[in-house]
Amino acid sequence: MTDPNVAGGVSAVDVVGAGVADDSAVAHKPRSLGGDAWRMLRKRPSFVISAAIIVLVVLIAIAPDLFSSRPAGFSDLLHANEGPSADAWFGYDNQGYDVYARTIHGARASLLVGVFATVLTILIGSVVGIVAGYYGRLVDSLFSRVGDIFAALPFVLGAIVILTTFNAPGSNPGVVTIIVQVVVSIAALSWPVAMRIMRSATLVAKQLDYVKAARGLGASTPRIVFRHLLPNTVAPVLVYGTIALGAFIGAEATLAYLGVGVRPPVVSWGVMISDARDYFRVNPHMLLFPAGFVTITVLAFVMLGDGIRDALDPKAR
Amino acid sequence: MTDELLLEVEDLHVEFRTSDGVATVLNGVDYSVHAGETLAVLGESGSGKSVTAQTVMGILDSPPAVVTGGAVRYRGEDLLTATEERRREVRGGEIAMIFQDALSALNPVFTVGFQIEEQLRVRLGMSKKDARKRAIELLDTVRIPAAARRVREYPHQFSGGMRQRAMIAMSLALDPDLLIADEPTTALDVTVQAQIMDLLAEIQAERRMGLILITHDLAVVAEVADRIAVMYAGRIVEQAGVAELFRSPGHPYTEALMASLPRLDLKGQTLETIKGLPPSLLNVPPGCPFHPRCPRAESRCETERPALHDLGFGRVSACHFADEVVSGRV
Amino acid sequence: MSEPILRVENLVKYFPVRAGVLFKRTIGQVKAVDGVSFDLMPGETLGVVGESGCGKSTLAQVLMRLEEPTGGLATFEGRDIFALRGAELRRLRREIQIVLQDPYTSLNPRMTVGDIIGEPFEIHTEVAPKGSRAAKVRELLDVVGLNPEHINRYPHQFSGGQRQRIGIARALALRPKVIICDEPVSALDVSIQAQVMNLLGELQKEFGLSYVFIAHDLSVVRHLSTRVAVMYLGKIVEMGTEEEIYEHPSHPYTQALLSAVPVADPALRGQRQVIRLEGDVPSPLDPPSGCRFRTRCWKAQDLCADQEPELITRSGGHLSACHFAEEKTVVP
Repeated sequence: MTDPNVAGGVSAVDVVGAGVADDSAVAHKPRSLGGDAWRMLRKRPSFVISAAIIVLVVLIAIAPDLFSSRPAGFSDLLHANEGPSADAWFGYDNQGYDVYARTIHGARASLLVGVFATVLTILIGSVVGIVAGYYGRLVDSLFSRVGDIFAALPFVLGAIVILTTFNAPGSNPGVVTIIVQVVVSIAALSWPVAMRIMRSATLVAKQLDYVKAARGLGASTPRIVFRHLLPNTVAPVLVYGTIALGAFIGAEATLAYLGVGVRPPVVSWGVMISDARDYFRVNPHMLLFPAGFVTITVLAFVMLGDGIRDALDPKAR
Repeated sequence: MTDELLLEVEDLHVEFRTSDGVATVLNGVDYSVHAGETLAVLGESGSGKSVTAQTVMGILDSPPAVVTGGAVRYRGEDLLTATEERRREVRGGEIAMIFQDALSALNPVFTVGFQIEEQLRVRLGMSKKDARKRAIELLDTVRIPAAARRVREYPHQFSGGMRQRAMIAMSLALDPDLLIADEPTTALDVTVQAQIMDLLAEIQAERRMGLILITHDLAVVAEVADRIAVMYAGRIVEQAGVAELFRSPGHPYTEALMASLPRLDLKGQTLETIKGLPPSLLNVPPGCPFHPRCPRAESRCETERPALHDLGFGRVSACHFADEVVSGRV
Repeated sequence: MSEPILRVENLVKYFPVRAGVLFKRTIGQVKAVDGVSFDLMPGETLGVVGESGCGKSTLAQVLMRLEEPTGGLATFEGRDIFALRGAELRRLRREIQIVLQDPYTSLNPRMTVGDIIGEPFEIHTEVAPKGSRAAKVRELLDVVGLNPEHINRYPHQFSGGQRQRIGIARALALRPKVIICDEPVSALDVSIQAQVMNLLGELQKEFGLSYVFIAHDLSVVRHLSTRVAVMYLGKIVEMGTEEEIYEHPSHPYTQALLSAVPVADPALRGQRQVIRLEGDVPSPLDPPSGCRFRTRCWKAQDLCADQEPELITRSGGHLSACHFAEEKTVVP
């Protein structure tokens, strides 16, 4: 009767007795959905742990010198292929590079690619998604088909094609150029997912009564989009964003491994993994440490995304 | 009353363990149903009427729900202490249940026929052919036209009223002696509601079934019930025969409910309202659960929980001033 | 006497059914509202009743210009509602407002109650200067029976009945003359329904409002309405004063509807006219020819399939669309 989410059963809200009595004079601090979400998140161990890991990784990316006294280029051939020791915590690779130092310095490139690719993907996807969802009909059909085409392109293949088109084999692009290209290729191939999420959230929100009420009041389109639609459609996209960030860091590693992404002298985790592929049997720590960092970082973002999604879900209250 | 006693719910207590605390959803519920009788359990959302039925059927979500006391006796056997196997036998075979939303109660990926036949084949060991025949018979009983064709259709191909009939047919498959109907017509149009209520009455009379009708609709209750149990905040606040209840309600909540109802046959009455809201079940105060909203409340109502006063003729009311309420004294 | 404040003539709204991949073709029409006409006089409440699929909610949407009509005319104080654009349309919004059914989706969960009720003032800045808005919002909260101190709370902190009051406060903010109530109490518990209904009645007296009150619950409609229109499959089949409709309806559908509504009086068991309709409501995609009700009507004859009955004054002295209209007392 009261809660439309209940079908033949009893929801916790019904049972517990929702609502504040009319004549309660208690001065109550307003509890927004965001505030409630934060309170819920603080208590979850998976959120706390993943947030801590992410903060650590971000710190490493911003200030690598805090964590490693050696620069990325440090090399001592005498110690090549040595395992972990007090001197070099992660050991040395086949060229005498200090694996620990490279891992620390490599965080920046990996994270930069991840963050910018995510931001770009969400930006493109959200704008296209909201326009398609709000206007519907022909505009929606058009954008959806375009999105379908992009989504149909296999990621790795598409990225290779894009990146080799920009950089003929043998050329040597600058650091910024290559990072920008990697970011753009990842975003170009991933925006349809964000678009679909935003579009379906918009389609749902558009039908909600409070949007109708706003239109009934004479609200302009910008007001409806920014005040009523966006705040309520942005949550699933944000959650996707945190998970995508992790995936994009992995994508960067893949592209570097294939030789089309970030390449030496820039160091990223992907580059390190790529360099390690021929030496795994002789020198396992050369691969394991950067791979481990990638895995843990991706996992942290995924867990964060899960936690945020659960906390922002108004049905769970 | 020589009719056989089918079900007896005795002092049932159920709690819900939520992240905000423990909610006392059922706080001592007693009622009984005889063969051929229609007991209406009347209450608003949060009163516990559905939870009681689910406890009887054994389909409570547990956790978070926990039965903390009382008994549910079917023909004398306490189902709460029975084995899960025995409860499964009883479910469907002796006590069946139909729900408010047929679309979500029926499985959308199986045909209606399959869902009826499955019960017949698994529980009664019928052959495929016999089950199909019986399923068509059942659809006929509930007046679904062209039953032989419709038995092969999916729930979404039925209209709302038809789906509800299909659900009733499903519930009758194993010939239960007691049917629990949880808000069966709330989601239906009024003309369809009338058809369904007629159907239920017919089936009940034919089979001498007991019927527990759970609803919030006083008017529906007036039309079909034999006895009524009014629930509020997890307790039964009044039980009476339908004529007596409407002639002179014995509990302030029932009184207030009747006064707040717009009547089809009356016009221009001012609607009385019940101020305030139902209590939170997380923190059940001692005393009468209705007292903050009750126009008759006195200081003892806050601290002393009213027992079920016997008003004679099988009527009970959980109010300290039950006699006065019944006789209309202010 | 006085002029109708709202006049609707032959309102039509069809929803096209489309199919196709990129360029969609129309393969059918859902005839949601198919020629509805009525007048609303100032200060009165016109109740619109009907079962699901009759088009009453669509009617509300079209009158609010939330959907564009397929045909027909609607005038407010003589001005053509459907011809207005831009700033003029915005100004019309100050006169006609709507209260919606579902208290759980009619308020933006991310806005405070103060923002929600204050939004009309933000959109129509000429109504209240910035400084006075908070005071007006508090006043509105008070008028609908809520505590003005709760102005900074969020919708999820309120119960269903309270949320509905917030929706009413929002509709009232611009002091409209007409409020369209689309099933305002259907989603509320019985004891709360009475509170909201009383509130609507009081507000009508206090602010001189005119209501179009749409509901499926006939008992609720009777309580608040001066006149009643009964809809079936997109058309009005009977219209008259509340007394005429409830005490001597002449259209078979109205009679069946009234006979089906349960009455809270067990003493009336066995005493009422029992009229039971067979079958289901036909699809608005393909309504029956002639009289739409004929497929379920016990009086149906060949004439009913050939000629659609007009909504004219018939037996009982009020408008009815049945060739064989005959007044009968169904409700004791």
